[in-house]
Amino acid sequence: MSSLFEDAAPLLSVDGLTKFYGPRIGCRDVSFDVYPGEVVAIVGESGSGKTTLLNCISTRLEPSSGTVGYRMRDGKTRDLYRMSEAERRLLMRTDWGFVHQNPADGLRMTVSAGANVGERLMAVGERHYGRIRETATGWLERVEIAEDRIDDQPRAFSGGMRQRLQIARNLVTGPRLVFMDEPTGGLDVSVQARLLDLLRGLVADLGLAAIVVTHDLAVARLLSHRMIVMKGGDVVEAGLTDRVLDDPQAPYTQLLVSSILQV
Amino acid sequence: MANSNTSGSALAVSVADLSKAFTMHLQDGIVLPVVEGACFDVAAGECVVLGGPSGAGKSSIMKMLYGNYAVEGGHILVRHRGDMVDLATADPRAVIAMRRETIGYVSQFLRTVPRVSALDLVAEPLTARGQKLEAARVRAGEMLARLNVPERLWALPPATFSGGEQQRVNIARGFITDHPVLLLDEPTASLDATNRRIVIEMIAEKKSAGVAQIGIFHDEEVREAVADRIIDVRAFAPKQAA
Repeated sequence: MSSLFEDAAPLLSVDGLTKFYGPRIGCRDVSFDVYPGEVVAIVGESGSGKTTLLNCISTRLEPSSGTVGYRMRDGKTRDLYRMSEAERRLLMRTDWGFVHQNPADGLRMTVSAGANVGERLMAVGERHYGRIRETATGWLERVEIAEDRIDDQPRAFSGGMRQRLQIARNLVTGPRLVFMDEPTGGLDVSVQARLLDLLRGLVADLGLAAIVVTHDLAVARLLSHRMIVMKGGDVVEAGLTDRVLDDPQAPYTQLLVSSILQV
Repeated sequence: MANSNTSGSALAVSVADLSKAFTMHLQDGIVLPVVEGACFDVAAGECVVLGGPSGAGKSSIMKMLYGNYAVEGGHILVRHRGDMVDLATADPRAVIAMRRETIGYVSQFLRTVPRVSALDLVAEPLTARGQKLEAARVRAGEMLARLNVPERLWALPPATFSGGEQQRVNIARGFITDHPVLLLDEPTASLDATNRRIVIEMIAEKKSAGVAQIGIFHDEEVREAVADRIIDVRAFAPKQAA
């Protein structure tokens, strides 16, 4: 995509974001921008604040202070926490995707795979049954789910298939920004590789911006352009993904990188 | 400026007073200086080889030139869209734009991606620059054929290829674009004589096309054949050992 990184204005601007849980720090004074077509990985161990940060950015958890600006389709940047609840919900249904670690959190387990995908389309105003089914089938194929499984419920799917279905459900509305929380966590390595490859291709083809929370540096290396490393609620290092991994500067990043087992 | 040889041709890369030290926080914060005061220019159409023994800092310089090592001090000016841009201080998005349009890289080892075929891996730098997949695949096939990668392998992910086959995929991927600056990190290390000669030809063609090339070659035959100048990086060794 030739326009990649050439947009002058960021899609998302996080500024001074802080979240306290009572006296305890969730994340502290985090600032960064995400541009159209850019994939940013947030890495760190459990308790580092990466999921808190993701939830604050995606309006799932109100921050204690700081702002999150989002450039709407009309080109105007709005503060997410000054929008009405209805506006935020519309944004989440249409312009954003959220891929949960556990597919059951992002899917409706008791309706068919086709309906899981079609439901998001209906939320953006599509009413024509034939077109919905056709689009849903196209997306299932794109995430490598056989056409004859369209009427099955995700309860009957394997973990890897459920995760691919969740991705199709999120991408069908053509979002500009997708949040992913450990998208390959809990999957077998061979299934992980397949999913990563699929995500990598989709993100590049669709020119999506994505924020991916992961503790897996290999996932960050494969998917992201830039990386943010968190520890104890603070950002300890940020930069170009291969620079952070090949030449880590912060003591904690050096520890993380040196702790990867070589196979 | 040392090793300056840019009269006549346009300056493509200008390295000035470049230095690099590693701070090993896990080893009591030991500071390991590896490069100090590196200065050299590379003109369009020129192939400059970094020489010197192992551990002299050739690879560190190369990695700074591509932006995957942080620069301690000094400048790396690269002609990008007509302007000399300092890669040493460029933000990550600028580095990515420079890599996409200006600076190509052939690494020593192929970083394989699960399930992506050799053909698509080679075509990827073209599609990343906005070319159509089909045209990019045709071009990728030509590159692989030229480097004698058997056609039956093209559809396979290169993870199981031999070292030499992987390296040829890597070379095809690095040479497929028309980046005006090309970094060559031992691209011929595991090639046989026939394929080495092909790479020598490809480097010569890049020179004719006005590409500035900076390389590390341990193979003397290749070095002699391609180098317009050899820069001995021992001149940039840190003054005092850590």
